[in-house]
Amino acid sequence: MEKLELTCIGCPLGCQLLVEKEGLDIKVSGNTCLNGVKYAKEEVTAPKRILTQSVRVMEGEEKMCSVKTAAPIPKEKLLEAAHIIKQISVEAPIEIGDIIIHDIADTKVDVIATRRVRKKA
Amino acid sequence: MDYDAVVIGGGVIGSAIIRYLSLYNMKTLLVEKEEDISSGTTKANSGIVHAGYDPEPGTLKAKLNVKGAKMIKEESGKLHFDYKVNGAMVVSFSPNDDYKIDELFERGIKNGVEDMEIISGDEARRLEPNLSENITKCLYLKSSAIVCPFSLTQALSENAYENGAEFKFNTKVENVEKTEGGYKITTNSGTTITTRAVINAAGVYGDTINNMVSEKKLHITPRRGSYMLFDNETQGMFNSTIFQLPSSKGKGVLVTPTVHGNLMIGPNSVDIPDKDDTSTTAFDLDYISKEALRTSPSIPFRKVITSFSGLRAHEDSGDFIVGEVEDAPGFFNATGIESPGLSSSLSIGEMVARMVADRLGIEKKENPVLERKAAPRPKEMSIDERNELIKSNPSYGRIVCRCEEISEGEIIDAITRPLGARSLDGVKRRVRAGMGRCQGGFCSPKVMELIEKYASIPFDEITKNSKGSNITMEDKVYV
Amino acid sequence: MYDVVIIGGGPAGLSAALGAKKKGCGNILIIERSEKLGGILNQCIHNGFGLHTFKEELTGPEYAFRYIEMVEKEKIPFLLNTTVLSVSPHSVTYINEEEGVKTIDTKAIVLAMGCRERPRGALNIPGDRPAGIFSAGTAQYLTNIEGRMPGKRVVILGSGDIGLIMARRMEIEGAKVLAVVELMPYSSGLKRNIVQCLDDFSIPLLLSHTVTKIEGRKRVERITVSEVDEKRKPIPGTEITFDADTLLLSVGLLPENELSRKAGISMSTVTGGPVVDNNFQTDSDGIFACGNVLHVHDLVDYVSSEAEKAGENAALYALYDRKEEKKVIPISVFGLARYTVPEMIHEDTKEDTTIRFRVSNVKKDGKIVVRINGEEVISKKKRIMAPGEMETIIISKRILDKYDSIESMEVGTED
Repeated sequence: MEKLELTCIGCPLGCQLLVEKEGLDIKVSGNTCLNGVKYAKEEVTAPKRILTQSVRVMEGEEKMCSVKTAAPIPKEKLLEAAHIIKQISVEAPIEIGDIIIHDIADTKVDVIATRRVRKKA
Repeated sequence: MDYDAVVIGGGVIGSAIIRYLSLYNMKTLLVEKEEDISSGTTKANSGIVHAGYDPEPGTLKAKLNVKGAKMIKEESGKLHFDYKVNGAMVVSFSPNDDYKIDELFERGIKNGVEDMEIISGDEARRLEPNLSENITKCLYLKSSAIVCPFSLTQALSENAYENGAEFKFNTKVENVEKTEGGYKITTNSGTTITTRAVINAAGVYGDTINNMVSEKKLHITPRRGSYMLFDNETQGMFNSTIFQLPSSKGKGVLVTPTVHGNLMIGPNSVDIPDKDDTSTTAFDLDYISKEALRTSPSIPFRKVITSFSGLRAHEDSGDFIVGEVEDAPGFFNATGIESPGLSSSLSIGEMVARMVADRLGIEKKENPVLERKAAPRPKEMSIDERNELIKSNPSYGRIVCRCEEISEGEIIDAITRPLGARSLDGVKRRVRAGMGRCQGGFCSPKVMELIEKYASIPFDEITKNSKGSNITMEDKVYV
Repeated sequence: MYDVVIIGGGPAGLSAALGAKKKGCGNILIIERSEKLGGILNQCIHNGFGLHTFKEELTGPEYAFRYIEMVEKEKIPFLLNTTVLSVSPHSVTYINEEEGVKTIDTKAIVLAMGCRERPRGALNIPGDRPAGIFSAGTAQYLTNIEGRMPGKRVVILGSGDIGLIMARRMEIEGAKVLAVVELMPYSSGLKRNIVQCLDDFSIPLLLSHTVTKIEGRKRVERITVSEVDEKRKPIPGTEITFDADTLLLSVGLLPENELSRKAGISMSTVTGGPVVDNNFQTDSDGIFACGNVLHVHDLVDYVSSEAEKAGENAALYALYDRKEEKKVIPISVFGLARYTVPEMIHEDTKEDTTIRFRVSNVKKDGKIVVRINGEEVISKKKRIMAPGEMETIIISKRILDKYDSIESMEVGTED
């Protein structure tokens, strides 16, 4: 049996959750409400995060354009994805929602712009 | 010979010397080991132009202080640096010590100090309502003044530059050697400079330079003093500079407005072995806080915006060492310049320049430039003047440093003027961008962009103040 | 003559402008000192904004853009690269490249200048003064806007949300965050940020610790931290030294009120912001305030809703010459409540009134209590209250209708 301790992020209470995992059977204790159970189950099976970052812009009014993954990606892919994003640069103009990278780090998730950058006059 | 005279050190003393040398018909050079003027003792200084009550009568300190203070006042109108006569008080906290106030008064008379008055504690508090209730007697020095050490040094060096003096930065003197008819200076870059005369204004390193050529060895101890600077909301808390009674270690912890209106307290006095150690310690900061609280119980410590330390060059003899070295003709010292060094800077500069000129037999220039045109200060202008300026150059209308209301135009000036700024501190010292309450939090990236553009220094190579003090790091990470 | 001039084009200023427009104000001007609208949100590229307002998680620039689009759609004029030099009732003086120094007349003014970070000086940390010491916001700007690397081995002092966000940000850029150091025995940051910004990257959080020494002549070389006792004084012998090249400071935010203070507006010593009534009007005629200039908020959503209200009231003041002749009653606090915004309420208030406050300490299973004229009118159970979170209590019209006149109001916490 695998035991894990987690802090619930659902609210400022920050309950210390104890997760006991045996195969597909997951037991959560220490929670105050049901959100704690839901959170803990996700965290121990498939933790995911949104990655936000900036990419360099060529010919833009700004030097950088902020980006995010269009959906949460597996936690263990965060740094790999960050590394890829860091290497690239894009050309202005850019609109919010423009796809900057398709299928980042084999996650099936796109990286999209979160800022409008106009072309340098 | 490459030069008639080479000055070693770009602090206020070196800058004053080269300024007065530049009034003569000679080829001069100033070498400074850091990237800018005002990088040593000058940058962390009380900024007081002492009236001259303190030095022992008959010493060089006494003579040069009183004269120098008058010269600073005169030159402030021509060289345009930040200067203000604000008056000073020396206060006693006990009737038992009150006689020392009378002694200082007597000493002031002997030194030729004008406009002194002895007043009671109550009278002092009437003039400065934030003074402690415990103050019993006070020597009131109406001619005492405050000056911005950076601005003074900048004015001097710019004027020297205009009169033809040359400057080399990031140039450390490794050796000085006597040659036929002069000296050979070897620098860190391996280049040599030959000159007929050498002037040692190397601050805490004055002994090192002197000892390269003279058997009459000097020994300088760095005497560290720490300060705290307060938000300019404290403007008006004190109008005059308040000294406690002096002790053997110096003039003690003072409470003063700076010429820009911030309250400042300090310094203490600690002899240290390391000539580059300008760190502060919890002990020192605690000490100056406690001492300053004796002067005024209402010091607002929550409004501190920065604390820092400076080193004074204390020579074992206790007096300034100014003049030609006996066993090294053509080699002049201006060393051991501790307090009242800033106050004496111009009189030292004039005196040394005259000695050098006499030794070399060189006459004064017929028409040297005696006035310096300062960069515009939009904040101090009338609205009409300011608008005229903005019309002619719109960048004076774009505020970059919001705390001190400094425009882009002023920062560009600081970078592009002769001997311009090359670092964030260089800009800060010239135009106060980053000197305010946010200490550069908002404006430093903007100032860096301007340095990148106008000084052509790549962003990642821009420093805080010296080689190696880079602000950002080259990004080759990710392994 | 303008109806409403808004100082600041960040989230507060934009919402205030929209609020004023909504009330039919035609002659509005937003004055922004930087080159873009959106304020600090432009550099807050992380997500988590807008859950309350838009029911989705946006990044800072996205959240700002929604308001910028609305302002553009409403054709509300704005000035960029324009710094306000002074305000006084019915007049604003600003400076920019095109117009120089200019004074304009206006019926109402909304202060929306936001807040700034507490600098190192306020901490007075002993040691050297090398390069490599940044406030977290400056480091954020360098990283996200300039695309530069502020440092590679980082210690962060302060575990507020900006400190936590920057810890993750630095790790994502490839830096190593050696520790986040917090003076208090608890973090004032959101739990979610502690988990996702620190735990995800195995960054240690040292509670009840502070930085006691900075070493490095040129660039930061070492940072020493010490544990602190109950009085928050460092305990000798507990020093830990990190080989760091960078120290980020995230030691609190202060409302930016230079202009307000110069204008002689009464300020709260607790929040550092102007004292306002429930219309967000200061004690200076026709000058309103909202957003972080008033008190530092935890969520931008609250800034937006509060600012919209302030804008509406400024518009009513400007359009209908609404003079505040009715008496205002100061709201007093008790228990753990440190302050309230608004600090005052009009005695004849008859609409839903939102009171926000912060507590001075962590409180589990407590209550928020409101008393009017000595009677308890609200008692709301709270499972947890913490200094890092803003508390909100709405006093409904239904309750206020019961009182012909408010003579006293108290807001606070009970066990």
